[in-house]
Amino acid sequence: MTKDIILEAKSLTKAFGSLVAVDDVSIAIQAKTMHAIIGPNGAGKTTLFNLLSGVLPPTKGEVFYKGENITSLPPYKRAHLGIGRSYQITNIFPNLSVIENVRLAAQAKGKDNFKLFRKVDDFHEYVNKAYEVIGIVDLAGRANDFARDLTHGEKRKLELGIMLACDPELLLFDEPTAGMSSDQVPELISIINQIVQQRERTAILVEHRMDVVMSISDVVTVMNQGRILAEGAPSDIANNQQVQTAYLGDLYGELA
Amino acid sequence: MVNRRDAIKKNKLVSSMKGEGTLLVLLVVLILFPFVMSFITGTGMNEGVTKFWQGQLIIFFIMAVFAMSYDLLMGFGGILSFGHAASFGGGAYTFALLMKHVVPPITHNYRITIGSVNITDAIVLIVVFLVVLLVSILIGLLFAATSIRLKGAYFAMLTLALGSAMHMLVKATDFHKWTGADEGLHGVPVPVWLNPTQNRLTVYFVSLAFLIICYLLMKRMVNSPTGRVIIANRENEDRMRMIGYNPVTYRTIAFVSASIFAGFAGALYSIWNTSATPTMVSAVMTVNALIITILGGMGTLVGAILGAAIMQVISQFFYTWFGARWPLVFGVLFILIVMFLPYGIIGTWRMKKHDLKQFFEQGKRIIAQKKTLNQEEEA
Repeated sequence: MTKDIILEAKSLTKAFGSLVAVDDVSIAIQAKTMHAIIGPNGAGKTTLFNLLSGVLPPTKGEVFYKGENITSLPPYKRAHLGIGRSYQITNIFPNLSVIENVRLAAQAKGKDNFKLFRKVDDFHEYVNKAYEVIGIVDLAGRANDFARDLTHGEKRKLELGIMLACDPELLLFDEPTAGMSSDQVPELISIINQIVQQRERTAILVEHRMDVVMSISDVVTVMNQGRILAEGAPSDIANNQQVQTAYLGDLYGELA
Repeated sequence: MVNRRDAIKKNKLVSSMKGEGTLLVLLVVLILFPFVMSFITGTGMNEGVTKFWQGQLIIFFIMAVFAMSYDLLMGFGGILSFGHAASFGGGAYTFALLMKHVVPPITHNYRITIGSVNITDAIVLIVVFLVVLLVSILIGLLFAATSIRLKGAYFAMLTLALGSAMHMLVKATDFHKWTGADEGLHGVPVPVWLNPTQNRLTVYFVSLAFLIICYLLMKRMVNSPTGRVIIANRENEDRMRMIGYNPVTYRTIAFVSASIFAGFAGALYSIWNTSATPTMVSAVMTVNALIITILGGMGTLVGAILGAAIMQVISQFFYTWFGARWPLVFGVLFILIVMFLPYGIIGTWRMKKHDLKQFFEQGKRIIAQKKTLNQEEEA
């Protein structure tokens, strides 16, 4: 079975001074699944994400990607291995066009990054890939606008587009619907579904919207105060008494 | 969608051709300038006003390259360095030191000829410029090394310190024998054909060619795959890292290439002055480039050229109008420019071009409407 585990964290710990944000967390992500991580604010979800993507070094513990120890690899090297990440707070290249934002991501994995005196437009491969991606995330109509001029919802889509253009095998979604109004969410979710399932990718999803998590994920891990509280199929989690008291409150108690 | 892309491409082509056209006209004007000036004023090519204005333009050409190289760092790479003069001065001093202390004994004792043609001077000059290239690369690497861990104000401070260290080094009395310390190196022996007093027109065309080559190279660079990643470094370093680029690598490329352009500009400046002085390494030099870049528009190479031209003209006329206190007046003007053209002349122009066009078209439409109304009334 270990063959199917794409990402594994072994007793990860991250302390900021005396505050232990992630406390001895071990988690294994099955390949080609949608794995959701939920938990109340301050549970350590984003810190765990930063440890997995390499933005922060762990205080203790190790991270394995396809059996390879990547604990000390910087983010840009993890990106080359096939780990992509989107951000909770929109993190784009504001003064570049939408298409250029995505094109840069498409170019990253190629072998043309050090061609100093060739024109960018001559590399059709990346340009075409970028147009394909903004088609998927439904931004084709705004290809030549500045990224800073997009609406919030569009920026969230661009965020996904940048990640997608890197062509990752493992996608880390950090609250993709953050700050979006409820009527915009279904569209974004369908894009995520399309990205993950059509292409047979693995995804880890941190999300606050319960309805989203319950409907699209295969496995749910619940975190609380830096530790893992429970893990299982969405229906099991919804029925878990411990989880209900810690996080879900009465709402899902009533539904279940 | 393909049509749309073609249309965009076509648009780009047309606009770039328009841009090139303006530049081509400017180039022809600059090539003809000395001859026209000589014709109008009746002075010879190498005397009086004609010679004086050739000199002014030579300084403009060199400063334009220096400012563009600074723009490559700040405007495109988002790297605010206060030590860029180290590259400029480094080039100037490398050239001057070699020409003054190393080259004369060599040319005195050796002679390289092809058939009966003496090419010693040319070979020596090429070798000297290769050394300038090497020194520029090293200075660029030195500054790049400081940017590995430091960011923002801390990084800026360290570049200021590094720049000042270079400034002190050339002023150090310990090396007076070679560098001339405070006074600098004067009377650098330059081949006669490249001597700015005897053959100013040659220096004029060499500098003009230098400017054009550097402009074309840098324009290519900022539109290359590497250049675009350097721009991404300006926009969002975190995100750049997350999609698989190592920011340090690309900052190093930016530093080294900017340093090379600045180093060559410095060497040329040293030819023009037949000297190398501590001012060329000082922070004042960097600030000049900073002011020129802001004036013309950060992140636009043409802006740096325009800024350098304006600076040259302003400093000339302001000096005659206001005397030694002209920077005071210029300061006020600069504040006004920053207030009303926050993106520099070219930057603001590019931003407002669209709005202005709409404004004029609206005006045209209103006038046309009024005309038809009048005609209808008359009828």
